[in-house]
Amino acid sequence: MTGDHDHTDPPSDEALRVKALESLLVDKGLINPDAVDAIIEQFETQIGPHNGAKVVARAWVDSAYRARLIDDAWPALQELDVGGVEASEVVVLENTEDVHNLVVCTLCSCYPWALLGLPPSWYKSPAYRSRAVKDPRALLAEFGLKIPTEREVRVWDSNADIRYLVLPERPAGTEDLSENDLAALVTRDAMVGIGLVSPSGD
Amino acid sequence: MDGIHDMGGMDGFGAVEREAEEPVFHAEWERRAVGMVMSMFAQRLFHLDEYRQKIERMAPIAYLGPYYARWIHAASELLLEKGLLSRAEFESGAAAGKAEDVDLIAAATVPDLLRARISGRETDDVPARFKPSDAVRARNIHPQYHTRTPRYVRGKTGLVERDYGVFTLPDSYAQTQARRRSTFIA
Repeated sequence: MTGDHDHTDPPSDEALRVKALESLLVDKGLINPDAVDAIIEQFETQIGPHNGAKVVARAWVDSAYRARLIDDAWPALQELDVGGVEASEVVVLENTEDVHNLVVCTLCSCYPWALLGLPPSWYKSPAYRSRAVKDPRALLAEFGLKIPTEREVRVWDSNADIRYLVLPERPAGTEDLSENDLAALVTRDAMVGIGLVSPSGD
Repeated sequence: MDGIHDMGGMDGFGAVEREAEEPVFHAEWERRAVGMVMSMFAQRLFHLDEYRQKIERMAPIAYLGPYYARWIHAASELLLEKGLLSRAEFESGAAAGKAEDVDLIAAATVPDLLRARISGRETDDVPARFKPSDAVRARNIHPQYHTRTPRYVRGKTGLVERDYGVFTLPDSYAQTQARRRSTFIA
């Protein structure tokens, strides 16, 4: 679509438009290019699923923490120094043997940025947004996740403020792992609800 | 409004395609778009509800184009509407002087801005009309403006799950241009 990987292609319309707009906004005194760079750097190096994974791992090893997190997430997130942009009103959804949770934003692309980073393309796609609320089991099956019929699937459609984080089930066979090792197993997909956490981190 | 953005329950978009090892950004212009638009949110040049409304009003075929092009579209429309850029400046790319009354954010403040707790939560003590487990029916409304009530729930019944507290109503806040809050950053 963008052709940015092919050096023989001319720049896309978007590339030209954005370049012209940035130059105009700088000249007009509407943006500080150093702040623009700093924001990009945060999203490329600091803000990502490792933040959410820390929260999940702590909840797995500390049941009192898990209870605080589910009751009122923000103070519990502060204990781990995470949360903030697009993750200020967080609700944590605990997967159990009876319930599997799935998160979507049907109206736009709302997503807990400070915990998971910017959303991936599939989360923003019309296919995901349209189908998650209509036939979530079939959608999950396409992702390789077959939820038994006796297990309820709950779909959470983000509103203007609330951002959801799925607390996946801790996989069996991980009893001896440290909190850090557990965090390394937790994937973005599991925290959105399209995957489970595998004991091998796959 | 009943636009292309309200996708819940639609058919015809096919299978969800996933990219292995997807990068944070796919092109340089996407990186710049995110940094620029978020800077302007932090400077309170516009707020998130009016911004979402601009995206929803895009022509459907344009809406279905590259994701971050929606960001650029909405930000441009709001800058023009608020007189922060003139149409002549926007079309020529040449600034006629500097904008007044804009406090640019400093790069050093960015990590704290992104860590701050910002939302539409209000302190007003508004009593809740419903409590958890109450049966409710979503209004069947079709406003021409922004709403967070998607089509697929309108007229449907359900049970209240949880009382999250008091929040600004995006439907009405999208109609105001106050430089008050962004629910994003700042």
